[in-house]
Amino acid sequence: MAGDKVDPVHQFVVNKIIPIEIGGIDFSFTNASLFMVATLVVATCFLYFTTSTRSLVPGRMQSVSEISYEFIASMLREGAGSHGMKFFPMVFSLFMFILTANMLGMVPYFFTVTSQIVVTFALALFVIGTVLFYGFYKHGLGFLNVFVPSGVPGILLPLVIAIEVISFLSRPISLSVRLFANMLAGHITLKVFAGFVASLGTLGALGIGGAILPLIMTVALTGLNSSCPSSRPMSLRC
Amino acid sequence: MFVTAAYAQSTTTEGAETHDAAAGEVHTETGVAHEGGHGSGVFPPFDTSTFASQLLWLAITFGLFYLLMSKVVMPRIGGILETRNDTIARDLDDASRSKAEADAAIAAYEQELTAAKAKGNAIASTAREAAKAKATADRTAVEVSLNNKISAAEARIADIKTKALADVGAIAEETATAVVEQLIGGKVSKAEIASAVKASAK
Repeated sequence: MAGDKVDPVHQFVVNKIIPIEIGGIDFSFTNASLFMVATLVVATCFLYFTTSTRSLVPGRMQSVSEISYEFIASMLREGAGSHGMKFFPMVFSLFMFILTANMLGMVPYFFTVTSQIVVTFALALFVIGTVLFYGFYKHGLGFLNVFVPSGVPGILLPLVIAIEVISFLSRPISLSVRLFANMLAGHITLKVFAGFVASLGTLGALGIGGAILPLIMTVALTGLNSSCPSSRPMSLRC
Repeated sequence: MFVTAAYAQSTTTEGAETHDAAAGEVHTETGVAHEGGHGSGVFPPFDTSTFASQLLWLAITFGLFYLLMSKVVMPRIGGILETRNDTIARDLDDASRSKAEADAAIAAYEQELTAAKAKGNAIASTAREAAKAKATADRTAVEVSLNNKISAAEARIADIKTKALADVGAIAEETATAVVEQLIGGKVSKAEIASAVKASAK
């Protein structure tokens, strides 16, 4: 179908590859699942095999792994102090998983796992859930004090508490929507411009000449989107 | 819903062009059918029918990823970094220890040099003192012997002078006796002559 080619939404469609149904709920292995597995395999293999020599003086690839590790570690230490380092495996996994998923999504015809709101929302809920669980586990009900800023006049307190609670609850939504919308919009824009190139290219010499502009745009957007995925995982930072 | 509403609007406004409207209807119908082919015809990321599967597979893959990261990859990278830091720290320690050793060796060398210098100076000054003392002693001895010789010579001179002077008296007496004998032909007693000589010598 000709419309299929330039349909910018088509790339987000989830197709069943192996239909699985348990208890009337659809748990099929889809292309989304396939790329989650691909993300898992690619990220793990990269981190595993680049560090397999355990060189004292790292090569390029080993440096990439080490820099990722140290970058996330320093980010976490700055953000949460040395107490936060017990969440390091979680933050590192999240960071690498999202980064790899985003990078894989940049490959043409590949599915972008993080363009599905349910995925980003689940990850954000996971983070917030961990914060809540650990907060209540560590401080009990005293954890609720985070909603009561110190040094606020008594009259303003109900208002401030309400604002704090709302901002806390809206955080998973804002985080997940940020990543999801970035991925979605980036890929749709890319697809639309790339579609222009293909459509104009079929119109003869003038069309090919005219296609240069969207082609440049496509290249530029690919560069932009490739640099963005590395910053995207930071969106999940609290 | 939106598509059908738009279609309804287009049919009311462009009622005359039924053919076009029909074409539009066909087009929209294919569009709906096309979208419907993927699921319930909503925007794919909001298609709730895929949520359960995505959540399950996300849980499986991310769970596995978390396990692999926390059990295999992160200890390994952490180990590499730790080994490197340890090696660097150990090398730095070695370097500073070597430097300390070198410093100690230099200090010991300096100390020995100073001691050797002091010893050399001491030997030199002792030798100089000894030489000086010997020279002084020699000079003193020479002076003493010279003084002795001088005084001996002086004593002898004085002795000779006394003797000579004494001889002078005897010679004068003899000469006077001889002169008197020759002049007056008589004998003069020795005592007289002696007193006369003495009186003239004064």
